[in-house]
Amino acid sequence: MHNFITYYLGTGFWTSLLSSILPLIWIFPYALVAMWIELKVSAHMQDRLGPMRTGGWHGWAQPLADVAKLMQKEDIIPVAADKALYVLAPVLVFIGSYAAYAAIPFSPAYIGANINLGIFYIIAVSAIVVLGILMAGWASNNKWSLLGAMRTAAQLVSYEIPSSLAVLAVIMVAGSMNLNDICAAQSGWFWNWFAFGRFPFLFITFVIYFIASLAETNRAPFDIPEAESELVAGYHTEYSGMRFAFFYLAEYANMFTVSAVATLLFFGGWNSPFGAFMSGPVWGLFWLLSKAMVLIFVQIWLRWTLPRFRVDQLMYLSWKVLTPFALANIFIVGLWTVLK
Amino acid sequence: MNWYDIAFYAFAIVTVVSAVGVVFSRNILYAAFALLFTFFGIAALYVLLTADFIAITQILLYVGGILVLIIFGVMLTSRAFNVEVKRGLLKRIPAVLVVGAMAGTLIGVLTTTQWPSSNFSPYEDTARPIGALLMTQFVLPFELASVLLLVALIGAVIIARREKERGAQL
Repeated sequence: MHNFITYYLGTGFWTSLLSSILPLIWIFPYALVAMWIELKVSAHMQDRLGPMRTGGWHGWAQPLADVAKLMQKEDIIPVAADKALYVLAPVLVFIGSYAAYAAIPFSPAYIGANINLGIFYIIAVSAIVVLGILMAGWASNNKWSLLGAMRTAAQLVSYEIPSSLAVLAVIMVAGSMNLNDICAAQSGWFWNWFAFGRFPFLFITFVIYFIASLAETNRAPFDIPEAESELVAGYHTEYSGMRFAFFYLAEYANMFTVSAVATLLFFGGWNSPFGAFMSGPVWGLFWLLSKAMVLIFVQIWLRWTLPRFRVDQLMYLSWKVLTPFALANIFIVGLWTVLK
Repeated sequence: MNWYDIAFYAFAIVTVVSAVGVVFSRNILYAAFALLFTFFGIAALYVLLTADFIAITQILLYVGGILVLIIFGVMLTSRAFNVEVKRGLLKRIPAVLVVGAMAGTLIGVLTTTQWPSSNFSPYEDTARPIGALLMTQFVLPFELASVLLLVALIGAVIIARREKERGAQL
């Protein structure tokens, strides 16, 4: 039972449609909660309280108010902008982020498309985000936007290599690219998780993947594409209202994607950490989402702790540190897998 | 006409219309972005032929690699945006010969091939047999391609470094 909807409703057009909009129902509340966590975590790290008034208890309604504000804002299209591409770009960015959700197994009973090449597909569709950002930067007709877009492309293309190499090590151990199979290979207690397998090489792989995935979500310390002290807001400088909200939502959707993929590859995905205790299709959903939320918290934590990288440091880290380590790791993990 | 046919025609129209856009666009960046939809449509057609590995590789290499590189190159070239792509007719006779030969070959293949028209068949694991074949029967072309890429990579680095040194001397 890979998809409970097809189990109950059979296969057909409406089933496919329902399957494909289901992750959206998760993304919206998750993005609101993550926005609030980000506001509060950043505030407490800087020794302030953050939003305290909106909604009463610790400003819980602040993200709702922000969304209402964004929806009411005037939609401004600069006169000199390339109108067609300017309108298309945020949609393309969100399509790229959302397409990855098709292959994420949220629970043993729910995956949009249980394809054999799940993880390969997720790596491939993230390329559409790069093009959307390039399109936004160029269509805005603004030098900051263009510079931000160029930085994004350089950064994403560079960091795709260590992250793909890290994923490759896990694929060798699991012997499959199907995310459901990779997950099933880590069942049982938490010491069966791949993060603790082939110790310590797969844990190093996880660290490489996590650093590269931070860069792929364009978040600090890898936020030079939107570096607000140099580029105003990078590729989305000119965007306002709902179109800006699309970029914002895509960023949070991306954060969840990379965290979910890290969870699926290294931390057992929908498996319970305690063997058969609290495991099952619905608990699977709970475990995957809570493990991914922990990683999202770590992302927020790092963002507000570390200063921004310079461009040359960024390239140095990707090409001279992460890529050689990932290659050496692949060699060792592969040798171990063959000799075992 | 079932959902499979509708999907096929929809993706075929996307592919052909965007390909026409690539050829006839006056703005070089519009052509590059139209190419995105062409690649995407072709990948979708591969999926409909149950060639999932080729479809995903198409997106990874052509959209994520080549197209990003093209757009990056266009954006780095100063004043490439405002230059109108030349669309006049040049060297008519060789052009007609080449295009005629190409069209003749394509039409010949199109009319003589027996097209298997079957309904949607379930997906099989395609990555495993492709990987096994690349490591056994086609290992020589595979290794040759990787050596070629390595040579190209080293060549690019050498050319880039030489230009940098020349720039430093000036």
